[in-house]
Amino acid sequence: MSTPAVTTPSRWRALTRHHLFWPVAVLIALLLVNVPFTPDFFAIRMADGHLYGSLVSIVLFGSPLILVAVGMTLVIATGGIDLSVGAVVAITGALTCSYISDQADQNALAGVFLAMGIGLVAAVVCGLWNGFLVARMGIQPIIATLIIMVAGRGVAQLITDGQIITINSEPYKLIGGGYWLTLPFSIFVVAAVVAVTVALTRRTALGLLVESVGGNAEASRLVGIRSRRIKIMVYMFCALCAGIAGLMISSNTSAADGNNAGLWIELDAILAVVIGGTSLLGGRFSIGGTVIGALVIQTLTTTIYTIGVPTQTNLVFKAAVVIVVCLLQSPKFRAKVFGAKGARTTAPAEPATPADAAPKMEVSR
Amino acid sequence: MAEPRPVLEMTGIVKEFPGVRALSGVDFRLFPGEIHALMGENGAGKSTLIKVLTGVHTLDGGTITLDGKAVRIGSPLQAQHAGISTVYQEVNLCPNLSVAENIFIGREPTRAGRIQWKQIRKEAAEMVDRLGLDIDVTAPLSSYPLAVQQLVAIVRSVGHGDSDGEGSGTKVLVLDEPTSSLDRDEVLELFRLMRRLRDEGVAILFVSHFLDQIYEICDRMTVLRNGTLVGEHMVADLDQVGLIELMIGKALDQLEELHEHQLRSDVGETLVKAEGLGRTGGIAPFDLEIKKGEVLGLAGLLGSGRTELARLLFGADQPDSGKVTVAGKQVSMSAPNDAIGAGVAFCSENRKTEGLVPDLTVRENIILALQASRGWTRPIPASQRDELVAKYIKALDIRPANPEARVGQLSGGNQQKVLLARWLITQPKLLILDEPTRGIDVGAKAEIQKLVVSLSEDGMSVLYIAAELEEVLRLSHTIGVLRDRKLVAQLTNGPEITTSKILETIASGEHQ
Repeated sequence: MSTPAVTTPSRWRALTRHHLFWPVAVLIALLLVNVPFTPDFFAIRMADGHLYGSLVSIVLFGSPLILVAVGMTLVIATGGIDLSVGAVVAITGALTCSYISDQADQNALAGVFLAMGIGLVAAVVCGLWNGFLVARMGIQPIIATLIIMVAGRGVAQLITDGQIITINSEPYKLIGGGYWLTLPFSIFVVAAVVAVTVALTRRTALGLLVESVGGNAEASRLVGIRSRRIKIMVYMFCALCAGIAGLMISSNTSAADGNNAGLWIELDAILAVVIGGTSLLGGRFSIGGTVIGALVIQTLTTTIYTIGVPTQTNLVFKAAVVIVVCLLQSPKFRAKVFGAKGARTTAPAEPATPADAAPKMEVSR
Repeated sequence: MAEPRPVLEMTGIVKEFPGVRALSGVDFRLFPGEIHALMGENGAGKSTLIKVLTGVHTLDGGTITLDGKAVRIGSPLQAQHAGISTVYQEVNLCPNLSVAENIFIGREPTRAGRIQWKQIRKEAAEMVDRLGLDIDVTAPLSSYPLAVQQLVAIVRSVGHGDSDGEGSGTKVLVLDEPTSSLDRDEVLELFRLMRRLRDEGVAILFVSHFLDQIYEICDRMTVLRNGTLVGEHMVADLDQVGLIELMIGKALDQLEELHEHQLRSDVGETLVKAEGLGRTGGIAPFDLEIKKGEVLGLAGLLGSGRTELARLLFGADQPDSGKVTVAGKQVSMSAPNDAIGAGVAFCSENRKTEGLVPDLTVRENIILALQASRGWTRPIPASQRDELVAKYIKALDIRPANPEARVGQLSGGNQQKVLLARWLITQPKLLILDEPTRGIDVGAKAEIQKLVVSLSEDGMSVLYIAAELEEVLRLSHTIGVLRDRKLVAQLTNGPEITTSKILETIASGEHQ
């Protein structure tokens, strides 16, 4: 039914209505803002067999956030939220580093692997606890995960005796600070986790069931979905992601800081998920959107430094940009500001995300 | 009768959804002091037209004139301010708030910024009183059955217009399927109020699938089909057969076919057996047997325990006593999973809250039950999935026939078909249908009933719940009669069983 005459505008509209359009547009815009201040912003150069450049740094420094946000996406899709991820980052780092620091040979591979295993198991146990409280005990997710958010920092400090534990382990350094095939090793870790998550949710039926549980919990129960099991799994997965981020952060600094590692990362992660187009009400989720959302936040942080916003005001600046980003993503706001023409096809009764982004036939107007 | 000026005129209304043209150039007018029926099959565009009128959807073309002035209705609030009040098919109130709060929400009387709770309770009690309802306005809405909640929604809506001469009163009252969950007495109550409002000059737009009600209460009707206007008629000038033909655009053979249909007589061995199954506050312990290929109908007034019985059989609620065996094996019934595993399927009467996942597509909603039973690790292969979905969309004539459409955008009847498809795809042994024809037009009603008959012929057992006794009588081999949350009788269907016989049993509470 599509006549050639309407192809271009309808293609454009299909593009603007794609669920990743606005997050990507914001990311590109933020990257471009840097150019006047740092003319070689997009340049990537090779030194000592490693690639350097602002883009590489953004991905490198954004890696822990991407990991945490990816796990958070699934939790939010079930209609929950996980505030404990920052504390889990700290616990994992603390356990792993204190185990490594007790080793006679901190460079021994076996010891490092065991240490990482201990850290990750602890993270998963935290997730199990969260999932148990939410799914079995019926506690509101924000309260249930608040427990570890608050208590977890204390646990991390108990593990480190309130000290910052520093280590000197070459193999461990690789995860967060090393290079492989000219790129930071973290990027490979992130790519692997994202790929596994996408496969896990879209190649199996997990994604559909998660969206169903988040979209209508009672209907899901009546259709026979074991929603408790799915919720517990999702909280465990989220904690595992946070645990890997914890390894990355402590590896990057070769130190475990129970107080500051992953501080406020839960808030950035939630923000990344929302910027990526996943509704806090649960239901439809987008891993790709979340990754872009996390990159937007990291780019923003980088931008704040390159354009030289004074340190005292950088949180205010960040907040202002976040408000603009969120407004741009609201169809209602766009309709008000850019006139009615873009918004007419979106039924106003429906909140935020156009659920289905596949190109559709459009009647030209 | 000299024709006065219409209070409302809608001209050339167009509304599109992605991939669907819900309304194309529909004209509609409404005169003061009339009750006007909006008729049409599911998906004909009734609900869409109403939502355009009440500001839920913005229109894509056409004009709306209210009292001779062109208006733009951008939101439900604007519609209310313009004097258009609405009661929707499915109750849109806050179940956690009290009845009084629900009636006044959004227009609480205040003094110096403080809400006048005493006044709210007093006025709410008066309004409820005037409707002749025995409702404690301080109790939470959720403590009342759906029928009463519906009445509260109506009280809320007309109450706005009644609020003694302040601002614009209700000029147009839209009632979208208000009667689908009311029993006869409640309907009469509602009709009395509708007539009074009509005599006061309010224009009432009434949508109902009960043709008898249309003929009882309405003055004029507008018929839609496939998003276009078919005609506007005085009710007195058009008989029921003529109306149905206008609605479905073809003669009535489909319905008659069903009437002539003989029930399959040879039902098989016992499939499901419940012994002493009961739940305090839900339904008293009962014994029940359903045979293979049997249709067991449940008759009883609203709130007599029909739904509660069905939910216990499915494990949606946990029983405190008794046991269930399916095909000879005892099933634990601690959760729906157990029942589903044993081959029981359940379509709830509350499509919106207990059935659909509105954000997901038609395809995803259809495969949900099958996928849930396979577990998350074994997704249905894409080709098999698409084939199954296409097959059921075609078999049940789900419109639009687009598996990518968001299920929330479908009309009520098509949503019901999606739910049916969801369970049929799992090939259950026992299909429990709780009010599957509620809020559905004649054509789809007949289709669903025909489907039940043919499923039973293929050996599937069906537990069928419907408010209309004729429906239960027509389809069932056995009729379970409920009264006051007790299964009081089980009648074997035969020539001597009539609706009046069932009514008698309900009234006397015993099996004669």
